[in-house]
Amino acid sequence: MQLMRHLSLFVLLPFLAFFTSCRKDVEVFTPEQETKGVPQITDVLGFYLLNEGNMGANKATLDYYDFSKAEYTRNIYGAANPSVPKEMGDVGNDLAIYGQRLYAVINCSNKVEVMDAHTAQRIGQVEIPNCRYLCFHEGYAYVTSYAGPVEINPDYEQRGYVAKVDTATLQVVATCLVGFQPDGIEVVDDQLFVANSGGYMDPNYETELSVIDLKTFTETQRIPVAKNLHHVKADTHGKLWVNNRGDYQDTPSRLYCVDLATKKVTATIENAVSDFDICGDSLYFYSTDFSEATMQYTITYGIVNVETRKVVTHHFITDGTEQQIRKPYGVKVHPLTRNIFVTDARDYVSPGTLYCFSKEGTLKWSVRTGDIPAHIAFLCKMTIQQQTP
Amino acid sequence: MKRIATVFAWIVLVTTSQAQVRQEEEIRKDSTHALREVSVFGQQGKAIVPSQRLNGQQLESLSAFSVADAIRYFSGVQLKDYGGVGGLKTVDIRSMGTHHMGVFYDGIQLGNAQNGQIDLGKFSLDNVEEISLYNGQKSEIFQSAKDYGSSGTIYIRTRRPRFAEGKSYNVKATYKTGSFGLVNPSVLWEQQWTPRISSSLSGEFVTATGKYPFRYRRVLSNGTVAWDTTATRQNGDIQSLRLEGAVFGKMDKGVWTAKAYYYDSERGLPGAIVNNVWKREQRQWDRNFFTQASLKRFESENYEWQVNAKYARDFMHYLNPDTTLLYINNHFTQREAYVSTAHHVTLTPQWDVNLSADYQWNTLDADLKNFVEPQRHTLFVALASTYELWRFRLMGSLLGTHVFEQVKREGARKPDNQIQYTPALFATCYPLRGNKDLSLRAFYKRIFRMPTFNDLYYTDIGNVALKPEFTTQYNLGLFYQHEWARGLFRHFETKVDGYFNKVDNKIIAVPKGNGQYRWMMMNLGYVEIRGIDVTAQTVLRPHRDWMLNLCANYTYQKAQDFSDPTDNDPVMGTYGGQIAYIPWHSGSLTTHLEWAVRSRGKHIGNLGLNYSYIYTGERYHVSANIPANHEEPWYTSDLGISYDFRLQRLPVEKIRLSLECNNLFDQQYDVVLNYPMPGRNWKVTLKIDV
Repeated sequence: MQLMRHLSLFVLLPFLAFFTSCRKDVEVFTPEQETKGVPQITDVLGFYLLNEGNMGANKATLDYYDFSKAEYTRNIYGAANPSVPKEMGDVGNDLAIYGQRLYAVINCSNKVEVMDAHTAQRIGQVEIPNCRYLCFHEGYAYVTSYAGPVEINPDYEQRGYVAKVDTATLQVVATCLVGFQPDGIEVVDDQLFVANSGGYMDPNYETELSVIDLKTFTETQRIPVAKNLHHVKADTHGKLWVNNRGDYQDTPSRLYCVDLATKKVTATIENAVSDFDICGDSLYFYSTDFSEATMQYTITYGIVNVETRKVVTHHFITDGTEQQIRKPYGVKVHPLTRNIFVTDARDYVSPGTLYCFSKEGTLKWSVRTGDIPAHIAFLCKMTIQQQTP
Repeated sequence: MKRIATVFAWIVLVTTSQAQVRQEEEIRKDSTHALREVSVFGQQGKAIVPSQRLNGQQLESLSAFSVADAIRYFSGVQLKDYGGVGGLKTVDIRSMGTHHMGVFYDGIQLGNAQNGQIDLGKFSLDNVEEISLYNGQKSEIFQSAKDYGSSGTIYIRTRRPRFAEGKSYNVKATYKTGSFGLVNPSVLWEQQWTPRISSSLSGEFVTATGKYPFRYRRVLSNGTVAWDTTATRQNGDIQSLRLEGAVFGKMDKGVWTAKAYYYDSERGLPGAIVNNVWKREQRQWDRNFFTQASLKRFESENYEWQVNAKYARDFMHYLNPDTTLLYINNHFTQREAYVSTAHHVTLTPQWDVNLSADYQWNTLDADLKNFVEPQRHTLFVALASTYELWRFRLMGSLLGTHVFEQVKREGARKPDNQIQYTPALFATCYPLRGNKDLSLRAFYKRIFRMPTFNDLYYTDIGNVALKPEFTTQYNLGLFYQHEWARGLFRHFETKVDGYFNKVDNKIIAVPKGNGQYRWMMMNLGYVEIRGIDVTAQTVLRPHRDWMLNLCANYTYQKAQDFSDPTDNDPVMGTYGGQIAYIPWHSGSLTTHLEWAVRSRGKHIGNLGLNYSYIYTGERYHVSANIPANHEEPWYTSDLGISYDFRLQRLPVEKIRLSLECNNLFDQQYDVVLNYPMPGRNWKVTLKIDV
């Protein structure tokens, strides 16, 4: 039994030894680099990819692909901005380059992060609660926000607004009330078009585009389109393309064409559309349409000719790779090579994937990204020269 | 130590409920001595696989505020803790998920049909006498059918009145205060009305601002500080009131109890700390009420039976007043009614059989749009038997569960009726001749959890096509204990268990359509868990007046996510990755040193010194085990000092003063990503027994 007494000590001691395995200081994320594809020297230098990150995770991250080196770099924000507490933020919702600057709308951090377009170094931020999407016009950024003034009534309603941000001072200089929960925003000439969703108002979704006159910065008109509008983008033929999410019950998701001159819907593409990108006369879209009846998704990748307003193909991926894509979440087309970039958000909590297809629709390369890869902005030599005074 | 040996022998002969009472009496007698040995031995009535338990002084000496804090000291469990006095605290047993943990309060299960999780942070330790944790199930058979119905079970047993000779009442008053603006008075009154009837009434109030400083910090690869930020946790305030009353009765051949419990609270939900958002405004109100009664009759040597009944009503109000977000103001009311009966027959001295049948009714009303107002009827029938054969004891049980649901809203879909039969087998063997110091054990259990009302019906997210989520457990273990009557070592025990668990049809949230604001529940997950739990406990008595109690736990778990075979990228894929928040290594160490203080040879009080240490190793917060998802280990040390004494001039039995310092080294850590935990904090307790 003496043995047992000693044994009991021997059993206890390893616990102590083990527990000294220590906590280390957490380092700022080190970017991870992979070579993908082959180098391409064009006026398009590269692109940034904004990963949304799940709500509450504070994992909005930024990736960069350098065409000239064919190098994909994940998670560059931390290294570029090691002194920013809690990194980029929670849920990246939109990304754009304007002039020499990169703008990232960080929805749940209530801010637009403004960075240097070449280095991703932080220049400042614009505080806009529940901000969603942005566009630019003549030195100003226009940002949609869900968080307008609260109207105290029994139904507790709160309209959204568009914030006018001076890109020189990063200050909100004016606001314009629009509909409920405005999402996509586009500028054509001196008019802003805002896709009102009414996403918080179920079942009373918004159905209209707001038109804002930029000279007076007031809402001048509403264009009826369909329930729960999402994105709005202009083509070069005087048309706006607008998709809606539908009400997830009877009203489906569709893509609508709005004539800028008559301000009327002139065509409807009878296919669900989740997001789209217009490049030349081709509108590339994908849809992840969920049916409550069958509890199944229908995923489509198609091209619409914006001039004829007809679907050219329902399969812009031609080599069967679409079978690998779990949840398409973003599409962007290279303005010169017409290579198609499709992001896959997979299960929304683990790293997603970015697929690069040739313009014929065959897979060139794919790379793992951050969580919920979604928004791509091309860094072009041209735009920079244009914007440089 | 002869006493303990006799207690052990005695307990094997009688049923547990009697055993517990008797054991308590023994402990009470023992406590009149200067020191009592608080280690908890293996006596478990007819239980085949022993539990982990904390009781009496152990509970008192741990720096634990709620039941959740105490459960951290068990092996094989992970506490999901959102931090602070009012923060949600749920328990995951052996990585099977928090929904698989059944929590029983004084013998009857606490229900939450809405989301299937019991917030153990809401249960105060003030009135709790014992917490025990069973893997698989409590492997004694005289119990209700629902006792067979979870993958793991926690039993919380509140204090039963016990009166010293010639005394017909006890009054205890406790006052705690400390960090986070905590003020926590409580009072307990126990009265013996007749030799057969006694009652207890307790009340407790908690208020705290929930404010504490926290710090996030990152360094550069050369070790210099990249950023370092400190803020105060906001909106973590809580006010709660608990009232609990019970009547205890004895009959010639039986015992009965009836009790009522009421809990009312308002709290802030402090939320995730993310870039540019340091404060949240969401609030929650809870009102929980239940009343339950239990009757046990020992009809003869060969037959005993019991009846349990319960009615519960749980109200919850959630408010998001943040004007920048979707305004939410929802009210939920759950009701539960439950009856159970169990019949235990001893057929031969070696062979026992138990048959129990339970019926439970659950409803949920909510002011959600298009809410279907579901009702669930569940019938549980369990047949169980134990058999003793040479040095083996075997137990088998079969649980039949029949669930059917109704929905109020016209035309709404509802899930198919479920009829499931789930078995469990337990075996134990005492290989040493002449004593039961060493035992080997094994169990197999298959059980499921039903999808919760939220899983099935929550607006948009719910999916009525969900199937139950199953777990299968295989466990092999050994238990060794020994007592010494004299010398330095007085008691030593160790338990080692290895296990393999599977969770299939795991219910997980998956994105639905475009935008990340729409999710739905699907039976898509599959997880395999391989683990080892080791526990060792010893009692040392270096001197007549000194006693040292040491207890250590270690858990190794490899819990792999095999849900998505296509996500098999060796570096970034989730396939085969360790599931979220499960550390490979975790453990705890508790030490309790007690000194009988004497003045001129006379025993005047007991001084206790407690040190406890909890370690949680590195983890990932997603099953993609990449550096961006990595979480550093965390480990906290809690130190407490207490003094129990009696003032002759005052008419009090005992006064206890204690001072605790928790998270002594002020470690800044998150258990859940972006939910900072409190750093060093203090608590002072004054307890008076009259």
